[in-house]
Amino acid sequence: MIAESTIATPKAFRAPGPLVIEIAGVTKVYEMGSETIHALRGVSMSIRRNEYLAIMGPSGSGKSTMMNMLGCLDTPTAGKYEFNGKNVATMDDDELADIRNREIGFVFQTFNLLPRSNSLHNVELPLIYAGLPADERRERAIEALENVGLGNRLHHRPNELSGGQRQRVAIARALVNRPSIILADEPTGNLDSRTGEEIMALLEQLYTQGNTIIVVTHEPDIAEHARRVVRLRDGLIESDVANLS
Amino acid sequence: MKRLRFEFVESFKIAYAQIAANRTRSFLTALGVIIGIVAVTLMGTAIGGINTGFNRSMALLGDDILYVSKHPWASDRDDWEFRNRRDIKSEYAERLQTIIDATPNSELVRAVPTANTFRNVVRGAYQVSNVFTLGTTDEYLDISSLDFRDGRFFNATESRGGRNVCALGCDVADALFPEGGALGQDVTLSNQRFQVIGIFAKQGTFLGLFSFDNQIVIPLAAFKKFFAKKGSDSDVRVKVRSKERMNEARAELGGAMRRVRGLLPDQDDDFAISAQESFKQALEPVKASIALAGLFITGLSLFVGAIGIMNITFVSVRERTREIGTRKALGALRRTILLQFLIEAVSICLLGGFAGLVFSWLLFQGVGAAFPSFPIEFSINLVLVGLLISVATGVVSGFAPAWSASRLDPVAALRYE
Repeated sequence: MIAESTIATPKAFRAPGPLVIEIAGVTKVYEMGSETIHALRGVSMSIRRNEYLAIMGPSGSGKSTMMNMLGCLDTPTAGKYEFNGKNVATMDDDELADIRNREIGFVFQTFNLLPRSNSLHNVELPLIYAGLPADERRERAIEALENVGLGNRLHHRPNELSGGQRQRVAIARALVNRPSIILADEPTGNLDSRTGEEIMALLEQLYTQGNTIIVVTHEPDIAEHARRVVRLRDGLIESDVANLS
Repeated sequence: MKRLRFEFVESFKIAYAQIAANRTRSFLTALGVIIGIVAVTLMGTAIGGINTGFNRSMALLGDDILYVSKHPWASDRDDWEFRNRRDIKSEYAERLQTIIDATPNSELVRAVPTANTFRNVVRGAYQVSNVFTLGTTDEYLDISSLDFRDGRFFNATESRGGRNVCALGCDVADALFPEGGALGQDVTLSNQRFQVIGIFAKQGTFLGLFSFDNQIVIPLAAFKKFFAKKGSDSDVRVKVRSKERMNEARAELGGAMRRVRGLLPDQDDDFAISAQESFKQALEPVKASIALAGLFITGLSLFVGAIGIMNITFVSVRERTREIGTRKALGALRRTILLQFLIEAVSICLLGGFAGLVFSWLLFQGVGAAFPSFPIEFSINLVLVGLLISVATGVVSGFAPAWSASRLDPVAALRYE
């Protein structure tokens, strides 16, 4: 289990490594019926390895669109997006799926675990899509689950786990393929504040272990954990500041 | 490749879990396929049974025998064209045999005369009506594969002398001598007493119409003495050397018959040469239309089943939209999703197909027990075809929903409530 003391003050800080994500002048336009929505109006930012970043903003700020874009679930209408030097903006569905599989670990607000599968199988899923053989999948899934403190819940199904445990399974699933970034969308949104803190402590631990973490949230308390906070408003970056205190 | 294999295994696991989780729904959906497969197997078996019965009947005629007669067996022309032809005389057989023996490398082997009529056979208080009465020579043995349950066929002396001896079909023998011991006894045929010297083994019926077990065979000389002319048909049966060279044999026999008949080059044949082939040709269209009707009914029931599968797969895709989004987020390719739902549809169809086959098999066991003579066959081919059709149904009906699932936008799918 995670010790409470891992959230240290002053915050542990790891020097950012090489560039992982670079976006420049990204816009995203939706057609909703007859209405045209400009979700992003020209966003530029870089994210480096070993960063712990929070993306904040009220609803309608383009936060979700930004997350979908960063997570390679969607491509920009215009602008540049490079992930580890590869141009994502022009990739097709299957190429994007491949990037998501190998480079991005998703943590969702609603956990999004397969309800009928046990923890082990849920965590193995990205490895199946990566084409790993069964014994290696199992080994790595167990390792990932042990890393989030669920070594004794391998064969439990989601409905046999608490909310916090479910989110841990989801985090283990995000970690298991050793992605370049972990992208957490309101990871504590469906949890009580105490469990939420536990999950944030886990993310903190993963950060100190050398993972790159992006948390998308509208809660200042949650954003407070990050080392860098990017605020969006009306499809533009309002501020992008370090948060080391 | 490796990845594809894992995806296959994963898809089967998902399909199994889905079916197990939705037992009632899966069963109801599979019911359509079950009915379809039962229809397929019943139809296939019925057609197979017709074929088997047909071939069995054909074998009774002999596949290496040509029949020379006034009337062709199968013709769409009017009867009067044949009726006024000269009779086929039994002497022709001897003359044909002379020609055959004189022809080097003849395709023909032996010509045997036969004459037939229908008569009542009586023994004391027992009588069998309308027994197929065949007159022939002892050489009949050479051209037919007769098995005897008891006794023997008449020999050359008895044949030439026109002795009052007979061989009985087993049904006639059993009807006249229910207590057995027919050999050596006398039966009465048109007020003439014939001594039973042989009883044939069971042969079966021809197309269910004519029973070869309901016959009495007597020497041709005796036949002519007692039943001459009065409503009897005569023909000559000719055994060919090789059934692979039936056409050559038929041509040679045609030439020989023209010589026997003394036909001039500008005269048409006034006789017909038939073989079991003629029956086959006549009945082929009947069989084809039965098969076509069967195919249509079968296709219809399978189509209904396929619609059920398509519907349930669409429902399944709809229910699991978020799951599809999650899988896509975790790196599932389009084909991964396509495969997943296709395999789910195919699995239901396969289960349905399997259940259908089991059901049909039980049905056939029942029919087989109730009507032993009905020629039904439950072959391994039928099983393979049934399963193949199940898989095809699954693929065809599952494709549209699976395709739509594979095309879902991951963002929209993840947000789907």
